[in-house]
Amino acid sequence: MGEGRLMKSQRAVGIVGHGAYVPMYRLPGAEIARVWSGAGRGPVREKAVAGLDEDTITIAIEAARNAVARAGLAPEQLRAIWVGSESHPYAVKPSSTLVAEALGAAPYLLAADFEFACKAGTEALQAAMGLVGSGMGDYALAIGADTAQGRPGDELEYTASSGGSAFIIGPADHAVAICRGSLSYVTDTPDFWRRAYQHYPSHGGRFTGEPAYFHHSESAGGALLDELSMTAKDFTYAIFHQPNVKFPGRAAERLGFTAAQIEPGLLSNLIGNTYAGASLTGFSAVLDIAQPGDRIMLVSFGSGAGSDAFAWEITDRISSHRDMAPLTTDYIKRRVEIDYALYARYRGKLRD
Amino acid sequence: MEAKVANDWRLRGQRYRLEGEVCGHCGVAIFPPRDICPECGKPAKTPAPLSGRGEVYTFSTVYNAPEGFEPYTPYTVALVKLEEGPVVTAQLTDVAPKDVQIGMPVEMVTRRLRTHGEEGTIVYGYKFRPRVRV
Ligand SMILES: [Zn+2]
Repeated sequence: MGEGRLMKSQRAVGIVGHGAYVPMYRLPGAEIARVWSGAGRGPVREKAVAGLDEDTITIAIEAARNAVARAGLAPEQLRAIWVGSESHPYAVKPSSTLVAEALGAAPYLLAADFEFACKAGTEALQAAMGLVGSGMGDYALAIGADTAQGRPGDELEYTASSGGSAFIIGPADHAVAICRGSLSYVTDTPDFWRRAYQHYPSHGGRFTGEPAYFHHSESAGGALLDELSMTAKDFTYAIFHQPNVKFPGRAAERLGFTAAQIEPGLLSNLIGNTYAGASLTGFSAVLDIAQPGDRIMLVSFGSGAGSDAFAWEITDRISSHRDMAPLTTDYIKRRVEIDYALYARYRGKLRD
Repeated sequence: MEAKVANDWRLRGQRYRLEGEVCGHCGVAIFPPRDICPECGKPAKTPAPLSGRGEVYTFSTVYNAPEGFEPYTPYTVALVKLEEGPVVTAQLTDVAPKDVQIGMPVEMVTRRLRTHGEEGTIVYGYKFRPRVRV
């Protein structure tokens, strides 16, 4: 039963364009294991690695260009560009203004960077729904993108990867996916952090599982189902934050979703954990194959900690939009395997 | 540093989104913007974005890079003939030098060009790569 936790804008809103980007380089887990333990494979098959000239801004720009192409908008129609990331290239200077200039959306819009570990992108998505839902603007762009770094030899190094996705929120009558409701669940939980001026993050080891990832993902997802008086069976697909393959599988199962429902949006075995881009790029892959009438549940998780949960319904407009930009799988298939030495060079791990 | 920052800032339209000009008299596409039409010699100041699609006209691989570009060697610099006509000099990216061919279809992407040292700005701009979807 509803308890007033649901967030829903007075004006119905939805996604009018989506786009993904994943860099082409892949580092297999077995190669990381070879260097640090001599054997084994790690929790994902391989992860996407950004090239020398890529960062969160360049990833955000390409994903956003794909979203704009699918939406069929003039970039000047955007009233906000919000970029969620834990790897903004500058400590002080927004990523979002540069993305706005690159798209040709500047200067009459809001631009800001969001931070909330891996849920910074869905936080931006919630805010975009609020802006458009209130009528302050007709279109707002939310992006989640990262070039995540793990300390060499740390377990996070197997999964921390690069990629991102972008979503333009607009009025529901222009949407390919209408939002039926969302909610957020946050607590102060120190499962993962990075202090100022530190290059690599630290984490709470086993503390990252039950009290952090599972508690927040299941609380947000469960409360959304409850508020909407729906069950997992009412959905065609579900996407969870994917720091590895096991966690999203287990969270989905506990909420009643089947392996078939989460498989199309579970990319971590192919690209690793793209942090703020992770659940959103899974969502982008699902939008690439969804059919009118499909219902999709999206649940992010960000350390620190919190989850955003959304329920979407696909409209008839989806089929004409799909081919206006590369599909998520086009980027995933564009694969060039590298070894640990080249990875160390590309990600700035070689220092004098 | 201040002069570099000002120069980079002035070029952001052409660098970030390949913004050129179109001649109002003869309709020719112009890049980089120069405010005078190279075809008819008349003033041409109307900004016009280019599609970013083109093909490799000629190329060469750089092993000894100029100052600021050393971290990226080896890389390929190409003359790219854009669909709208102009020829642009740019770095190629996401392609090994041995795989570059004349006539290869390419598309514009915005990437890091260089940084002005550890504390300076990061310069972003256009490069070209093999098209993801031909
Ligand atoms: Zn002319």
